[in-house]
Amino acid sequence: MTRDSAAAAPGRSGPGAGRPVDPGPSGSRWERLLEGGLLHGGVQGSPVLRLFMRWVRRPLLPVMRLWRRNIQLKVVATTLLMSLGVVLLLGFVVIGQVRNGLLDAKVKASQSQATGGFAAAKQKADEAASTTTGDDGGTPADGRAPQNVIQWMSDLVKSLSSGGQGAFDVVTLPVGGDSGSGRGPRASGLVDPSASVPEALRQRIDGSTAAAQSYTRIVYSSDQGSQPALVIGKQVNDPNGEPYQLYYLFPLTQEEKSLSLVKGTLATAGLFVVVLLGAIAWLVVRQVVTPVRMAAGIAERLSAGRLQERMKVTGEDDIARLGEAFNKMAQNLQLKINQLEELSRMQRRFVSDVSHELRTPLTTVRMAADVIHDARVDFDPVTARSAELLADQLDRFETLLADLLEISRFDAGAAALEADAIDLREVVRRVVSGAEPLAERKGTRIVVIGDQQPVVAEADARRVERVLRNLVVNAVEHGEGEDVVVKLAAAGGAVAVAVRDYGVGLKPGEATRVFSRFWRADPARARTTGGTGLGLSIALEDARLHGGWLQAWGEPGGGSQFRLTLPRTADEPLRGSPIPLEPPDSRRNRERDTTDAQDAAPSDGSDAGPAAPARTATAATATATGRGPIPPLTTAEPPTADPTALPGNGARVVARPTAGAPRPDGTDGTDGTDGTDAPDETEEADEAERPDTGYRPDTGSRPDAGSEDTHRQGEASRGR
Amino acid sequence: MMSFMKGRVLVVDDDTALAEMLGIVLRGEGFEPSFVADGDKALAAFRESKPDLVLLDLMLPGRDGIEVCRLIRAESGVPIVMLTAKSDTVDVVVGLESGADDYIVKPFKPKELVARIRARLRRSEEPAPEQLAIGDLVIDVAGHSVKREGQSIALTPLEFDLLVALARKPWQVFTREVLLEQVWGYRHAADTRLVNVHVQRLRSKVEKDPEKPEIVVTVRGVGYKAGPS
Repeated sequence: MTRDSAAAAPGRSGPGAGRPVDPGPSGSRWERLLEGGLLHGGVQGSPVLRLFMRWVRRPLLPVMRLWRRNIQLKVVATTLLMSLGVVLLLGFVVIGQVRNGLLDAKVKASQSQATGGFAAAKQKADEAASTTTGDDGGTPADGRAPQNVIQWMSDLVKSLSSGGQGAFDVVTLPVGGDSGSGRGPRASGLVDPSASVPEALRQRIDGSTAAAQSYTRIVYSSDQGSQPALVIGKQVNDPNGEPYQLYYLFPLTQEEKSLSLVKGTLATAGLFVVVLLGAIAWLVVRQVVTPVRMAAGIAERLSAGRLQERMKVTGEDDIARLGEAFNKMAQNLQLKINQLEELSRMQRRFVSDVSHELRTPLTTVRMAADVIHDARVDFDPVTARSAELLADQLDRFETLLADLLEISRFDAGAAALEADAIDLREVVRRVVSGAEPLAERKGTRIVVIGDQQPVVAEADARRVERVLRNLVVNAVEHGEGEDVVVKLAAAGGAVAVAVRDYGVGLKPGEATRVFSRFWRADPARARTTGGTGLGLSIALEDARLHGGWLQAWGEPGGGSQFRLTLPRTADEPLRGSPIPLEPPDSRRNRERDTTDAQDAAPSDGSDAGPAAPARTATAATATATGRGPIPPLTTAEPPTADPTALPGNGARVVARPTAGAPRPDGTDGTDGTDGTDAPDETEEADEAERPDTGYRPDTGSRPDAGSEDTHRQGEASRGR
Repeated sequence: MMSFMKGRVLVVDDDTALAEMLGIVLRGEGFEPSFVADGDKALAAFRESKPDLVLLDLMLPGRDGIEVCRLIRAESGVPIVMLTAKSDTVDVVVGLESGADDYIVKPFKPKELVARIRARLRRSEEPAPEQLAIGDLVIDVAGHSVKREGQSIALTPLEFDLLVALARKPWQVFTREVLLEQVWGYRHAADTRLVNVHVQRLRSKVEKDPEKPEIVVTVRGVGYKAGPS
């Protein structure tokens, strides 16, 4: 046997070794599953397992959500569980006590009964022995004796059990398995003798003369069902002096009935207690939760702007205090908001009034100045020149006043958007033709590209025109006579207009500051252009009003690009811009292009493929300077997404030509908008068409990546 | 210029300095200005002087400009040009809706003001006999009358001009900018709200159901055109 099993073990383990999961780890996996995975979704296993878990979890999700969100449910369920535990524990203890009590009495009574019985049996045996001795003259008759004993034993059982009246049964069994001498088992009252006496008890009695007891079930030879019983047995001698086993079986029917009654009562009571506790918990929690929910609902309505909402407060308890405090808070909020609204209204009124009060005298002055100006030919030269200055400065004063009023209108939140579907090409055309005289004076050519297709967006034509006029005029004024390129594009949910100039550009950090009010790059510089210093601030506000972006990019000596991005429909949030903020012909991009060309890779192709080595080459410098490895660039993004484009004044400046080189690491910028680099790359995948639709100034005088430009001040007093 | 014959301008403004300056400029351009400084007296002054055009400040003591505008418009179709310091949407639209033909925002240049006034007075100088039809309306251009089935409809000169401009070229869709140029005399694109407001006013007078216009039809995204006759 042992050898068999030993031989079999490797055989079993043979196929077992092929299984991927042996019992140990699998057990722990299931444990893990049950512990954390099932309810918290932390399954680490194979996809199949995960799928299975998901399938199991799906129907549970609403329940779990309810559980997480409903404190009442939580409390009630916890109460139910805990009271159920308490009741169960209590029930077991009580039932144990009752059973012990019941059985103790029964056992005592049974023991005395049995002791009496055993004594009676011994006595009867002695009597029978003496009679037989008397009969046969003291010598035991071997031939008849068994006959007699058999008879005697049946009589004994009958007589012993007759005293019980059904309160007990009597069973005799031969010692050991031996029934050879014809002394078979006997029992009173249809009891199956051998089945009713447990084997363990028989063996115990076999060895000793003391009485022993055990619990058993009486099995009847008739159809009657078995009964629990106490059995007490002892080895006794028959008249022949041969030992036999005598058992008293005391049915415990009555005790069992009592016990089940107690059990039933306890169960019913326990159930009631649990249910009642649950109900009580529900009621109590409701008392607390209802006001809390009310508070939550009212807080929601308050935050939705219904400031007059208040909680109902009754009594003086903690809940009432919560309500009072809440109401006080709401009242203070309402007060503050009303105050602020009042202030805002007053501000708007003030702006409007100031506007009127200032404008009326200004109108008079203006008309008077014009009359004088028209008549200046009749004056002496000094007065004539004064008249000219008066008229010019009045123009400037008017513009300044108009800009101030416009800004204060934005500040007061009084600016309203009158959006309409407009074609930006129209606006650009108007703006460009308006700026043409100025451009001619400066010797600048204004080039519009990307106007082959309509560029339609829901926008306020007046405001967009103002923004673009500002950008174009600025570009012409600061473009140093170089060309100004206005580029239009539409993609996805956005349209964009970028105005590129090749003038002095912007110094690092200036790209955000150009939008500040009255900001000038160099305060010491003479204000020849005569702007108010508010133009770009207003333009920025105009862009914001549309939910759009106005951003600037510039490099010292390399010119600048201002980009206006507007959502195609007024209620759609912007996610990206169709035009990269940094123009493709920026110094950094050109450097990168050169690197690409040196790598002899088709640089204008897809970025993912042949251009990759080029990027690695650029990255080598980055790694050398301790910037770490380059993250892989994704080109899968749609060209519209330009995350660099932060709303508002997010802008980027290329710091220095050297800093600009390690492009892919995304840490070279001066502010937080550098994440834009990757999409910029993708956008440049379109640069294959740059020679066609793109624009590069054909004048050779444009300052190239030169060091002589770095110290030239990026003067950018973006005036009007 | 012929307009010298018809150059009475009533200036309703409480700012005496501005009124005087306006007077100087208007006289210099050959108009005959008369003045009133109080909103309450404006109507009486209007009746008395019977001007060819009213220059009306929106902010006045007594009755405000909007109210004065409404009162004048109730009894006359004379061109009204508002002077306003507020270019905010609401004020301008309210002013236009109360019956003003045009508005000019302070501070303005004298030439600009004169150009506007001329544009408003210009129309009365071209009495070419002409009959036009638009929808079921018959327009007598020289007689300055619009009739539907013999019933004449009262229009202000501006509304009349607007209707005539549309009716002369029923095949053409007019953008708001073109209408501004032809009817208001603006060279450069200006506030297209002028057109919107006046088209609404015109429709309320000539359309059977202004909600479903048949005379002045909107061409979405472009402008307006005359309905089929």
